[in-house]
Amino acid sequence: MILVLPIILPLLFMVVLIFTRQWLFFQQAFSLLASIVLTFVSALILSDVYQNGIMAVQPGSWEAPFGITLVADTFSALMMTTTSFVAIIVMIFSPGFIDKERQTAGYYPLVFGLLMGVNGAFITGDLFNLYVWYEVMLTSSFVLIALGGSPEQLRGSIKYVTINFIASIFFVSAIGILYGQVGTLNMADLAAKMRTWEGGSYINSALMLFFIAFSVKSALVPFFFWLPASYHTPPIAITALFAGTLTKVGVYTMFRFYSLFVVFDQQFWQIFILTLAGLTMFIGVLMAASQFDIRKILSFHIISQVGYMVMGLGIFTVSGIAGAIYFTIHNMLSKTNTFLAGGLVYQRSGGYDLKYLGGLYKASPFLALLFFIPAMSLAGIPPLPGFFGKFFLIKGGFEAQQYFITAVAILTGLFTLFSMVKIWNEAYWKKEPDDVKVKNGKVHPSTFIATAMLAVAVILLGVFAGPVIEVCMDAGEQIVNPEMYINAVLGR
Amino acid sequence: MESIILQIAARHMRPLLVVLSLIVLYRGHNEPGGGFIGGLMFGAAYILYAMAFGVGKTQKSLFFNPINLTALGLFVALLSGIPALLLGDSFMTGEWYTFFAQTAFELKLGTPLIFDVGVYFAVAGMLMLVMFSIMEE
Repeated sequence: MILVLPIILPLLFMVVLIFTRQWLFFQQAFSLLASIVLTFVSALILSDVYQNGIMAVQPGSWEAPFGITLVADTFSALMMTTTSFVAIIVMIFSPGFIDKERQTAGYYPLVFGLLMGVNGAFITGDLFNLYVWYEVMLTSSFVLIALGGSPEQLRGSIKYVTINFIASIFFVSAIGILYGQVGTLNMADLAAKMRTWEGGSYINSALMLFFIAFSVKSALVPFFFWLPASYHTPPIAITALFAGTLTKVGVYTMFRFYSLFVVFDQQFWQIFILTLAGLTMFIGVLMAASQFDIRKILSFHIISQVGYMVMGLGIFTVSGIAGAIYFTIHNMLSKTNTFLAGGLVYQRSGGYDLKYLGGLYKASPFLALLFFIPAMSLAGIPPLPGFFGKFFLIKGGFEAQQYFITAVAILTGLFTLFSMVKIWNEAYWKKEPDDVKVKNGKVHPSTFIATAMLAVAVILLGVFAGPVIEVCMDAGEQIVNPEMYINAVLGR
Repeated sequence: MESIILQIAARHMRPLLVVLSLIVLYRGHNEPGGGFIGGLMFGAAYILYAMAFGVGKTQKSLFFNPINLTALGLFVALLSGIPALLLGDSFMTGEWYTFFAQTAFELKLGTPLIFDVGVYFAVAGMLMLVMFSIMEE
């Protein structure tokens, strides 16, 4: 029964936070506490799933193919735990960064609405229910992007919501086609039926529609343009939360669907996904290198990093998937961390534009260190987790004899390093520009503590790479062998 | 815009629509109706009133804030899953109890009705929240 908690707890927290929306201090303290509780629950689920195998619950006592099943395997439990942990950090960061008007205008309830949608998408075992969780997530994130209503935010949110709604249309049409063909919505049942299916060319068209929908949501080439056009508009705490959670849900769903539903023409899908992954990581990083706004550089980076995760999916061996999962976890932490470090730069110097920044290393070496750790991790410098993530991905690529994509991944790593060094040089190392007066602002202690905690978490993820990879291997095993999932849900 | 016809109509329609919405809510489990439609009707009653008398006066006549109503609805919907847990079933299982069984007043009540009440509140609150803020512009 613990499996319903990741959905109903955020709902409960949201209700409490709506009723108390005027009491600022209560909101801040309660949200922090609530996200800690949520992390604890997710961690409990993770340990349970890791020890006892895939967990499935049938809410409402409707048996598996008829009702909505909730199911957690190691991958989804890992993702839930990481998401809630990111939420803790953002909850510590927000009070010192977001202005009071936004905080009392429903910021905290919306964050928990978002978490409910994300958790729901991670543990649902029903196609249509998955769509509903995506909508819950989209609605909350839409309001969060527009919260406060500055003209720039509204411009960004229009793009964001339009393209995401179009993706949702693709998503629902695919569900419709699949339901019309196979006659079930339960993901495990659907997968089981597809394995003995004789009929279907419609299956592939439905899968392609799904693929388009999720590549919009997770910002793959050529559907990524909405992300850099909207992510830099809200306060950076919100962007950090999005960077750590939203696109990763798309990636997660892609993994789940590939594992369960790609039964026909696997050769085609593999080449197709690997091609898009290569293009995504390369184009993403090239565009990042040409930007001058910290937030835009980091936004384009999200795209490039999603390419790595999808590359693991395209390789589709246990070690490749495990590497991709480890990389995803690392990315959720490091990406959020770089955004938060960008927030510190903003508080200190009053801007995000690299042309008007400088001298931060001299002024406050600690802030520089807080950016340095996650940035180098993203670039893949050895003791940090980004290195292990890329190492396992590349190793998986070589083992599966996918030499071309592996070469692209290595090359992309170089460009990632370049663009991170660019932020480092411009904002921290170079002298203050003479013609502009850089603001000498104060960094709020709560934002500093949050960023430092996350940096420590990133380091720890690198130090304990061994045990974490072992858990990821378990998750990879479950993804590569979908029978485990199917049997757990259908109770065979 | 002040229309005397609309005002008189709205004054008399509002209680009627509220009662109707409750009937629709109750019959919803086995017949057409339910929390969503009931909530829309409840919201419509107050929107009609707001069209006749203005948003400010309508909000004064409500003793709650629409967003609180929505939150309450979410909470009630959540609560409807709990009895099943206490009875040892899976979360959200429908638990039914028949009052006055085999008499003329037979009344079947269950947790799905509680869930519907939650939906009713949530929809009504959300509808009023959205419409009032549009009408205020």
